[in-house]
Amino acid sequence: MAHDNRYTGQKFQVVGNRFERPDGVDKVTGRARYGADANAPGQLVGLVLRSPHAHAEIKKIDTSKAEKLAGVKAVITSADLPDHTGGNRGMMDILENCMARGRALYDGHAVAAVAAVDAQTARKALKLIKVSYKKRPHVTDVDEAMKDTAPVIHDWVFTGGVDPKPSKPSNIANRTQMGHGDVDAGFADADVIVEHSYKTEQTHQGYIEPHACLASVNPDGSGELWVTTQGPFSYRTVCANLLGMDIAKLKVTSSEIGGGFGGKTHVWTEPLALALSRKANRPVKLVMTRDEVFRATGPTASTSIDVKLGASKFGVITAATLELRYQGGAFPGPWGMLGCMTGFACYNIENQRSVGYDVIVNRPKVAAYRAPSAPMAAYAVESAMDILAQRLGMDAVDLRLLNVAKEGTKAPYGPIYGPIGIEASLRAVKDHPHRKGKLKKNQGRGIACGFWFNIGGQTCVDLNIGTDGTVNLAVGTVDVGGARSSMGMIAAEELGISYHDVKVSVADTASLGHNDTTEGSRGTFSSGMATIFAARDAIDVLKTRAAKMLDVPVEDIVWEQGQARATGKGHGNLPSLTLKEIAAKSGSTGGPIAGHNEVVADGAGMGFACHIADVEVDPETGHSKILRYTVVQDAGKAIHPDYVEGQFQGAAAQGIGWALNEEYIYGADGTLQNPGFLDYRIPVCSDLPFIDTTILEIPNPNHPYGIRGVGETSIVPPLGAIGNAIADATGVRMHHAPMSPVRVLDALDAAAAQAQVSAG
Amino acid sequence: MSGAVMVSTKINGDVVEFACPTDEVLLDSLRDRAGLTGVKEGCGTGDCGACSITLDEQLVCSCLVLGVEADGRELGTVEGLSDGDQLHPLQKRFIEMAALQCGICTPGFLVAAKALLDKNANPSETEIRYALAGNLCRCTGYDKIVRAVQAAAKDLRKSKKR
Repeated sequence: MAHDNRYTGQKFQVVGNRFERPDGVDKVTGRARYGADANAPGQLVGLVLRSPHAHAEIKKIDTSKAEKLAGVKAVITSADLPDHTGGNRGMMDILENCMARGRALYDGHAVAAVAAVDAQTARKALKLIKVSYKKRPHVTDVDEAMKDTAPVIHDWVFTGGVDPKPSKPSNIANRTQMGHGDVDAGFADADVIVEHSYKTEQTHQGYIEPHACLASVNPDGSGELWVTTQGPFSYRTVCANLLGMDIAKLKVTSSEIGGGFGGKTHVWTEPLALALSRKANRPVKLVMTRDEVFRATGPTASTSIDVKLGASKFGVITAATLELRYQGGAFPGPWGMLGCMTGFACYNIENQRSVGYDVIVNRPKVAAYRAPSAPMAAYAVESAMDILAQRLGMDAVDLRLLNVAKEGTKAPYGPIYGPIGIEASLRAVKDHPHRKGKLKKNQGRGIACGFWFNIGGQTCVDLNIGTDGTVNLAVGTVDVGGARSSMGMIAAEELGISYHDVKVSVADTASLGHNDTTEGSRGTFSSGMATIFAARDAIDVLKTRAAKMLDVPVEDIVWEQGQARATGKGHGNLPSLTLKEIAAKSGSTGGPIAGHNEVVADGAGMGFACHIADVEVDPETGHSKILRYTVVQDAGKAIHPDYVEGQFQGAAAQGIGWALNEEYIYGADGTLQNPGFLDYRIPVCSDLPFIDTTILEIPNPNHPYGIRGVGETSIVPPLGAIGNAIADATGVRMHHAPMSPVRVLDALDAAAAQAQVSAG
Repeated sequence: MSGAVMVSTKINGDVVEFACPTDEVLLDSLRDRAGLTGVKEGCGTGDCGACSITLDEQLVCSCLVLGVEADGRELGTVEGLSDGDQLHPLQKRFIEMAALQCGICTPGFLVAAKALLDKNANPSETEIRYALAGNLCRCTGYDKIVRAVQAAAKDLRKSKKR
């Protein structure tokens, strides 16, 4: 039946509390089973051989010696992955990224794979595979790749979004433009214009669990895949498509997931494990090393961005432009478009234009990373906002408040905002005690705003009531950070029962209908909505059964506080029936009691945040230490506040790592120089202070509980907030992230030299 | 399996024996031969701490120790942290205070935090942060982890006074 998704202002008993998570004990005792923790009878060990070159033709792959090695059960190359994509270019990109087809496109690109009885044998076999490469010219920098002189990586890529269609292939896969108003007129009206260029380096999601799976394909065409993934259903669709299998015959089970942040929304080695299993007719376990994770999965785009703001002398922004250049690795991506959509989203700017480019380079295929594309655009925009405030002699918060987006503001990508939380976030920051804390020498404070859309999408859940009145809820979105708690709370809230009477499971693909991937901060929003609706369906069934038990018309039954009560004339003496009482009789009143819901969850509420960062910059080393950090973000409704705070803190920490340290470093030969956690340094415990959080709750009108996604938005502000804090501490503006010690020191030295020249 | 030797160890108080190739790291022996998959591999290079165990009471990354080096020694893993059906105060506080999100780093953090509290019953925030600096967490920003360790340390001090 159709349900109403509108927010009703319902009062909550369960939601908003801080219950213990149902998977907690498993996770603190080592019992929780992640991608690498499953085994199957007769399983083999799978390993992948990867290109050592940035760009090379594969002349020949000789697998004969490896195949002859005792204990080797299968060796595969692209020849074992015939094209079943039916001309679908996007699917072909995925297939080619999983294993090179005649050409290695980046350092780490898979070229062959083996399955053997043990790891020792598999490692030996890899060494016996002989690949003859012919190196080709490569390019890894986004600006270099856009030049006419750059080697063109794909002869089939012609820049999209330009008219007329180009006649020559290019590394620029796409040009996107959006905006509104008259930018030229707006700049002509400006009293002050601020214009700068920024660069951000490539970062990795850095989930601690490497990709891992256990694949088993039978000669009858059926198969199973146990895998760490954010999207078991999309993994199933993609793997079945690439392997030429029937979707229903491939069962994908998502293991516990050891972090994803977008990087586990795409398949990498899973099709290879399935192909190896099919060839060997035995289960194959394939676990990536950290080196492989860095070289061949994940990363987000590196960028190069120009921003220009014009404002009246009173601080009203009259015009704004962005040109955003995102490298998407070896294949086209949507990253430039997402940059255009998010860059100016926090502000009400009458005349604005954003132009985005997606650029192909010899690096791994870029994947989504928490609010993909938004942090880089925000780094440029939020830095420019600070410079503008300084030029105007205005407070950084006041300038933003003067231009803030509100209900009714037109978003950069077209729609008119409903109720949103950026103004409230800025006001909370303005009044926050953090802003009043004293700063010492070499210390500075910065603020920055951030936006992320959040999404909804296809969702379904099953809710089954046991004969003792306890409830199983099966969801199809993955639990990446406590979602089972939130779903259990929502089911308990609706049914009027205890949180502890609900057991939530993440279902496999054979047990539940399709669910879109857990991305775009959609899990709690979408599965929460489906859970509410499924529970309401179950309540309808409960009422029918209660009517039968009490021998009254069902229209006379109301559901209150987890009980069915008969209303109306003559029913005053009838007892209320609890859910448990009704469930106990279900066998004789019509059978199992359940609620199901299938929904395309529309109306995801946009997420907005504002952060405050205090840093101390060591003038000797250029090292920036985060002294204090505050996140203010609108959650719509915090179902489980602990895990909402956790999302805010974790996202901020990732943004801090990006701002200060993390970057892919490519050598002149186009190979990745730092594919390990020693040299690709993510924040450690001693790098960070406690991260203070303020949860705002501005209800999303399109969700019964007012929920907005919360997972991504807070990775967006840190680069800008920290850049602004460093500028406040040193008087030097950083235009290149990460703002690592060496870059800050160079900038300080350059500023000192400049000052000397000026003084001299 | 070629070139295997027999290794006899005590893990979480129990005698465990297994045949181990001489080039196998202890992390793999624990996971694949002793069945202790609570020990996690995040990097294999000693940078992430997910495979933290104690070796004769010393905190080590089991990915940097060979399996054969465990012969005749006592090992402690996350699986040995609970006392029967009683969770260790660190385990209780981690759950109660939401100190884990995905949980892949949790076993390593618990083992490392216990190693700290065994030596220092009342660590400062800074001491906790440096003691846990060898353990990477990508989900939490460490905030709730540090608070949970502080709370567990307090619990342990109280229970010792009794």
